[in-house]
Amino acid sequence: MSHHDEHLPAVPEEPIANPGLPEHVYRPTDVDDRAERRAERQVASLFMVSAVFTILFLVAYFSLDIKDNWATVGGLGASTVALGVFLGLALLCIGVGIIQWARKLMADHEMVEMRHPARSADEDREATLAALADGLEESGIGRRPLVRNSLFGAVGLLGLPAVVLLRDLGPTPSEVDDAATGKGLKHTLWGTRPSVRVVRDVVGTPIRPGDLAIGDLVNAVPDGLFDLHGLDLQVAKSKGAVVVVKMEPSEIKSTQAPEGDNWSYEGVLVFSKICTHVGCPISLYERTTHHLLCPCHQSTFDLADSAKVVFGPAHRPLPQLPLTVDEEGYLCARSDFVEPVGPSYWEREK
Amino acid sequence: MRFLNRSAGWVSRRRRGPLAGLAVLFLALLLTGGVYSAFSPGASAEETATSAEDIAKGRELFIVGCAYCHGSNGEGVLTQSGEQYGPPLIDVGAASVDFQVGTGRMPLAAPTQQAMRKPPVYSEEETRQLAAYVDSLGTGPAIPTVEDYTLPADLTEEEREEAISRGGQIFLTNCTACHNFDGSGGAMPRGGFAPTLRGVSAKHIYEALLTGPQSMPSFSNGNLSPSEKRDVIAYLKKTEQTPAYGGAGLGNLGPVSEGLFAWLVGIGGLVGFAVWIAAHTTRSSKKPRGAAATTE
Repeated sequence: MSHHDEHLPAVPEEPIANPGLPEHVYRPTDVDDRAERRAERQVASLFMVSAVFTILFLVAYFSLDIKDNWATVGGLGASTVALGVFLGLALLCIGVGIIQWARKLMADHEMVEMRHPARSADEDREATLAALADGLEESGIGRRPLVRNSLFGAVGLLGLPAVVLLRDLGPTPSEVDDAATGKGLKHTLWGTRPSVRVVRDVVGTPIRPGDLAIGDLVNAVPDGLFDLHGLDLQVAKSKGAVVVVKMEPSEIKSTQAPEGDNWSYEGVLVFSKICTHVGCPISLYERTTHHLLCPCHQSTFDLADSAKVVFGPAHRPLPQLPLTVDEEGYLCARSDFVEPVGPSYWEREK
Repeated sequence: MRFLNRSAGWVSRRRRGPLAGLAVLFLALLLTGGVYSAFSPGASAEETATSAEDIAKGRELFIVGCAYCHGSNGEGVLTQSGEQYGPPLIDVGAASVDFQVGTGRMPLAAPTQQAMRKPPVYSEEETRQLAAYVDSLGTGPAIPTVEDYTLPADLTEEEREEAISRGGQIFLTNCTACHNFDGSGGAMPRGGFAPTLRGVSAKHIYEALLTGPQSMPSFSNGNLSPSEKRDVIAYLKKTEQTPAYGGAGLGNLGPVSEGLFAWLVGIGGLVGFAVWIAAHTTRSSKKPRGAAATTE
């Protein structure tokens, strides 16, 4: 409050006078009876057209053939197309009719709603807090620890169903140590017997390396996989699936075999088909570059160079299967993979 | 001799005449056309031509159309830096030539990431001769016969269904990774793509399986037996005839085309309606009867 302030003019309520609303401009339907009746007829006809489409939907539902003997229209399933088109148009006509109704006929006057501060009034805030405190006090949650703690326990236990359901999604670490049956994350069917044959997926026939041509790709599984059923089959396949490729032996730059050993056979190489990133099965193979590409996140592995990662988010090469042939000349595994297949997990390096 | 001298003198005197150039051009064109029609393999080829003749004609075609990249004896051409310019064709066999030339992928106008399917440049007869020549260079799979790529006619309906369903399983295991669940093709690294299998003839699919064109791994007879290949083709042909029961497939390319449709047409339509709802309606300069009193 300095001396200076006293000479300033008083601040008025509104710095600029409120000009009020501009004059209302009417719609043709407000001023012209004929236009109004026309709009009314328009909206009503849209609703009636909608009713016609609904009836057509019912007719199509009962009259068009489905199941083994489809009725078709332009190469598409007639029933699906008719049901979709008629139901869609029935709903669309109702929607368009309502919008047209609102735009042409419903009340059109301007309304003013003043802004309010976002903060509630102090008395409302106090009343709410008092109500909450009352509720807590009356529920006795502070005074009855037995009720409170048993509630916390019950809610906490609800997490277990999720754990149990998720646990069934894959092999669990508790199964790790059973090499004899190929159970667990570290073992596959390849290690369950000496020299398990590499057989073609779907048909299950064994493979002679001499039968393959340079550039061939075979999607293969361990022999004996198709003796399993249900979940066991799926789990065993998800770990044991492999790709077999044959290339010019001179094009193989390196393999994962230890020094002095050879895991390939006459240019035939076998790698796990399960991506080391998040476990998608991979078989996009380019014979010219020997690159195997994962369709999920574009991890690319160079099969001619120990399946090392040349692109993408994967961090480890695809494990290679040590290969030989049995006495009948069919490709077979010398042992299980020497490292776990598929994506990383916590105990992997132990 | 005297006649020759006199003719030469006549030509020599008029060699700079205004029409001389045209006459020479005309004669040259006649000569070129005559030689072409005499030597053109397409013009004089006959169905009864022996294999040796086919090979000879194929070699002529090869020298003209293929040797620039593949070498005059199909030995391949290397660039100065030692990379493959045109691959050797010694052991590719007739099936490969029939596929590459029959689908128009070869001859290639210029080296590109991927040879595209286009209308074939050579006639069926010329393709056969080229294939015969390349086949004579070494080993390699022969052109398959109709029995190879069609199901036997004497199968019962049940056996036919069984073969098609087995073909479907083999297709889903070996082919869908690149060619998509529907055989509509898909993207491959570095700008390449796996082409659609729809509308490709059974023979060409069989040849592609057998020889592995470009980046595609091969499915030789020791890999996928002839009857398994035949079943895959039967499955593909069956899916081609199957109407789209679920409505328009949008190219059956999966989330790419479906997402594009949902975002552009679906959400675009909703935005359009929102704009319409909020837009100003037509206004009139008139006032309704009785309104004047209230506005005064």
